[in-house]
Amino acid sequence: MAGIDLAYLVSTLPLLWEGMQVTLLLTVFGVVGGIALGTVLAVLRLSRTKPLALAAGAYVNFFRSLPLLLLVFWFYFLIPLWLGRPVGGYYSALISFILFEAAYFCEIIRSGIQSVRHGQIFAGLATGLTYRQTMRSIVLPQALRNMVPVLLTQGVNLFKSTSLVYVVGVRDFLTAADVIGTRDNHIIEMYCFAAVVYFVLCLAASISVNRLQRRYAL
Amino acid sequence: MISVENVSKWYGEFRVLCDCTSAVARGEIVVVCGPSGSGKSTLIKCINGLEPFERGSITVDGISVGDRRTNLPKLRARIGMVFQTFELYPHMTVTENIVLAPLKALKRSQEAAAARAVELLERVGMREYAERYPGNLSGGQQQRVAIARALAMDPIAMLFDEPTSALDPEMINEVLDVMTDLARDGMTMIVVTHEMGFASQVANRIVFMDEGRIVEDSPKEDFFNRPHSPRAQLFLSKILKH
Repeated sequence: MAGIDLAYLVSTLPLLWEGMQVTLLLTVFGVVGGIALGTVLAVLRLSRTKPLALAAGAYVNFFRSLPLLLLVFWFYFLIPLWLGRPVGGYYSALISFILFEAAYFCEIIRSGIQSVRHGQIFAGLATGLTYRQTMRSIVLPQALRNMVPVLLTQGVNLFKSTSLVYVVGVRDFLTAADVIGTRDNHIIEMYCFAAVVYFVLCLAASISVNRLQRRYAL
Repeated sequence: MISVENVSKWYGEFRVLCDCTSAVARGEIVVVCGPSGSGKSTLIKCINGLEPFERGSITVDGISVGDRRTNLPKLRARIGMVFQTFELYPHMTVTENIVLAPLKALKRSQEAAAARAVELLERVGMREYAERYPGNLSGGQQQRVAIARALAMDPIAMLFDEPTSALDPEMINEVLDVMTDLARDGMTMIVVTHEMGFASQVANRIVFMDEGRIVEDSPKEDFFNRPHSPRAQLFLSKILKH
């Protein structure tokens, strides 16, 4: 390896950027969908109606006990058999990510809500607020502050996990790097460059998580 | 104004309140005391429906608290409550703490609620702390803000649940002073407390509880000078010794 060929690296950037867009989209949709479904699950898990709480609990335990890669395979190979048509790599991966992440987000949100002292609910109710108003103005804002760092950390995890789409032929950032490296016989440069990009982005994210945490600490 | 009739409450098998009966007239100051675990806090949380009870009835200004059809938020809006652990909202400033319920529950305008908050902060001696967050205040200051927050709803009665028990000794008086002021202004108050000095100066009546029962319910002179139950005699002999 005779040093890094910068001109070569630059020439690969357009293709890599296309891959990065796929990675970012999968991450954003995965996080947004996961938080949406996870919030519903968390509310169900905290519900006083036993069957609902149990069902949500079963969901969480089920999805947390499976490897993410297995889920991706499942949606790629098995669901099409049942549906009668292929789901495609992108959607099978996205659905798996959302379902999988929802289980984790559910637990994060649930513990966030439970981290708010019960006396706060009493205080809100005692001043004449309804339960809903108490949750919205008093409990959830505090819960969210407690949750943000863990939510972001989970997002960073998903960002890295999206590279699993390699196995179902979706060209994300890592797959693009691999494809280009193999094509041009520059595997070492490409793998090193991909590592640097992942490292820089994840490090930047965790630094900003720490900043946020200090800023919003109660 | 507040009447409690034959109220009983269970936590599972354990009976926390046992046939409690008492009444509080308008403008009256009633101190509830007794050993830990005697049900004092539970009883006053039943009065504004924060704790449900299984038997008996409680009415506040003619409205039944235990009745399923009662609009509890509306009823609670008329009864102020102050907690042992203050329970200010940590993510809001002092002013935001005070105006939240008037804005949301009474639908007051921002200007009216803010103006009232200034008045109340003045009254509890916390005017200059209006924009601070609770985390930057001492316990005594937080509790005074909590009293202002309860008063912002213009309540017809105030419930105090051990308001000074979590405070450093030096801060107890600043809170008791505010409460004494309120009492002088004619506020109806039920105060769960171990502060016998406050009880003997400010209260009209003392309710003494033990093991979920109201053992003694008498004018303060009678309670301090000739308690009739042996349990109250023992309690007084222990706490008044020093």
